Amino acid sequence: MRFVCFTLMPYRPLDMAERQKYRSAWVVLPNELYDPEKGANEYESYINHLVSAEALGFDVVAVNEHHQTAYGLMPAPNLIASALIQRTKRVKIAVLGRALPLVNNPITIAEEFAMLDNLSRGRMIAGFVRGIGTEYHATGLNPVFSHDRFHDAHDLIVQAWTRPGPFEFESENYNFRYVNLWPRPYQRPHPPIWIPSQGSAETIDWAAHPTRKYPFLVTFSAHDLVARYLNAYRDRAREYGYEPSGDQLGWAVPIYVADTDERARKEAKAGIESLFNEFLNNPWQMLLPPGYTSLGSTKRMMKMRAALGTRPKHQSIDALMESGTALIGSPKTVIEKIEKMREVTGFQNLVSMLQFGVLPDELAKRNIEMFASEVMPRLRG
Amino acid sequence: MWTMEQHRFRDLGIRSQRAGSGQPVLFLHGAAGLPLWTPFFEAFSKQYDLRVPEHPGFGGSDAPAWIRSVPDMSMYYLDVLDQLDLHGVHLIGHSLGGWIAAELATRNCSRLASLTLIAPAGTRVKGVPSGDNFIWDPEESVRNLFHDQSFADRILSHAETDEEADLALNSRFMAARLGWEPRWVNPALKNWLHRIQVPTLVLWGENDKLFPKAYASTWQDNIPGSRVAFIPESGHLPQVEKPAVTASRILDFLEGK
Repeated sequence: MRFVCFTLMPYRPLDMAERQKYRSAWVVLPNELYDPEKGANEYESYINHLVSAEALGFDVVAVNEHHQTAYGLMPAPNLIASALIQRTKRVKIAVLGRALPLVNNPITIAEEFAMLDNLSRGRMIAGFVRGIGTEYHATGLNPVFSHDRFHDAHDLIVQAWTRPGPFEFESENYNFRYVNLWPRPYQRPHPPIWIPSQGSAETIDWAAHPTRKYPFLVTFSAHDLVARYLNAYRDRAREYGYEPSGDQLGWAVPIYVADTDERARKEAKAGIESLFNEFLNNPWQMLLPPGYTSLGSTKRMMKMRAALGTRPKHQSIDALMESGTALIGSPKTVIEKIEKMREVTGFQNLVSMLQFGVLPDELAKRNIEMFASEVMPRLRG
Repeated sequence: MWTMEQHRFRDLGIRSQRAGSGQPVLFLHGAAGLPLWTPFFEAFSKQYDLRVPEHPGFGGSDAPAWIRSVPDMSMYYLDVLDQLDLHGVHLIGHSLGGWIAAELATRNCSRLASLTLIAPAGTRVKGVPSGDNFIWDPEESVRNLFHDQSFADRILSHAETDEEADLALNSRFMAARLGWEPRWVNPALKNWLHRIQVPTLVLWGENDKLFPKAYASTWQDNIPGSRVAFIPESGHLPQVEKPAVTASRILDFLEGK
């Protein structure tokens, strides 16, 4: 199993009483609630946390991109990746991912990854995403064209990495007379591409395609859904006529371990509940702008939403543990849950989020150390 | 009474409501899709041949990939006018439909007798933001359209069927395609409004929370000889909130009064 240490870099000093006055911690939350002194401390803490993962034996450290939100302070994740390169030697660095459709010139993304790949001598993993729905409010970009732009941008970036330049690129959404990357990526043919996803059928279909075989990561979902999506990928690959390796299947999940289940629950409670209820929670107008998912998927989701009621209910730590959305407990408990997922899906990439929500540094540190010493060795091999 | 006609314009199946006879009136609906038949429309069908088509991609009409913008949509409606071979058309557009009508008229007025724009999208006034009807929740989206909240109450108390919800979602997707970015505006449009060479009336609800009434000035300033009138105690849908006064304003205009 491959272990990835991932953090969102949430803004923990957020005034939650103020937060509650707004419909979301994204886009509409006034940035006067951000204090740069405290924010600078946050960056320092989180980078230290990720750097510590190398010595603890993780295979990959990972960051990601979100815009205009207290949920994550990385609108430009490649800047963090660049800092991590300078402070690590061996560990791979994954940006999970860059939101391709949000930029008007995807060549800049190809260039940045190529630079990072050279700077790190081939340690980069390039995640490609569309960004979540709120990103389309934050950037103003039309969500209706999101899928098409993603595919066009992907094609452009991969060609920029692999085709001898200069060449001309033409597509519906992007047109360039000259594509000629300096530098070229360090890895040949290019850095591995991973696809984090909420599990849409379109994404699974695309990522599993034999011309791509991109590792697919299911993020923040209940255990059963994660298993269903990972197996959907496996089924799709088989329909395409090949057997996917476990390296193609990944699970991104908040994890907290302590000596006992009770202690883990007590220590993780505030952090995990703030992640799902304060930071991540969004009204559907923000999460599902029209066109962000296909008409069919949107209709299905809206019917599910209607059945559940319009107001999303509070997600308690117990509910999150029960559904397997978060893994919280003693090392034994957490190992069992990961083993169970491995049995039903064969997944090999565990993207562990060991700091989440308002979880303070001290607990995050204890968590990552115990996870590395008590959990990882049992799952290796 | 009105009838629902099924047309084929170019290669798209388009539904269209129609009533009355006389000189043609073409009404282009807003982002919510094909409107309910109301007393506002009855007022026109007494004297005119009124057509209210459903735009491509809205409700039950075909959604083509090649209509990506309001300028595309306006070119499509020029094709429709050609195909129907209509002359002397009184073109009326509300909101998104007003934007389509204005784009059409800047391109070719030869089949038009007049243009009426009700709270049209398509222009803006810097420093005066429009409402964000893509971030409003479902209740706000209804309430913010009306000055008189009893209209909103009535709409909100109606439980949508699954079929209605599906058609509304089709319309929402197409509206986003046309209006998300830049939000409800074509920054270049105002540079071409001088090409509208037919009598033009611009109507605006005094209390419009989606497109503030201050936007009316860009239309008046740029369309030669255009007139602006405000409808008191009305939000974004004066033809719904104040059907009689809105219809009589337009009818007087069409009759040259």
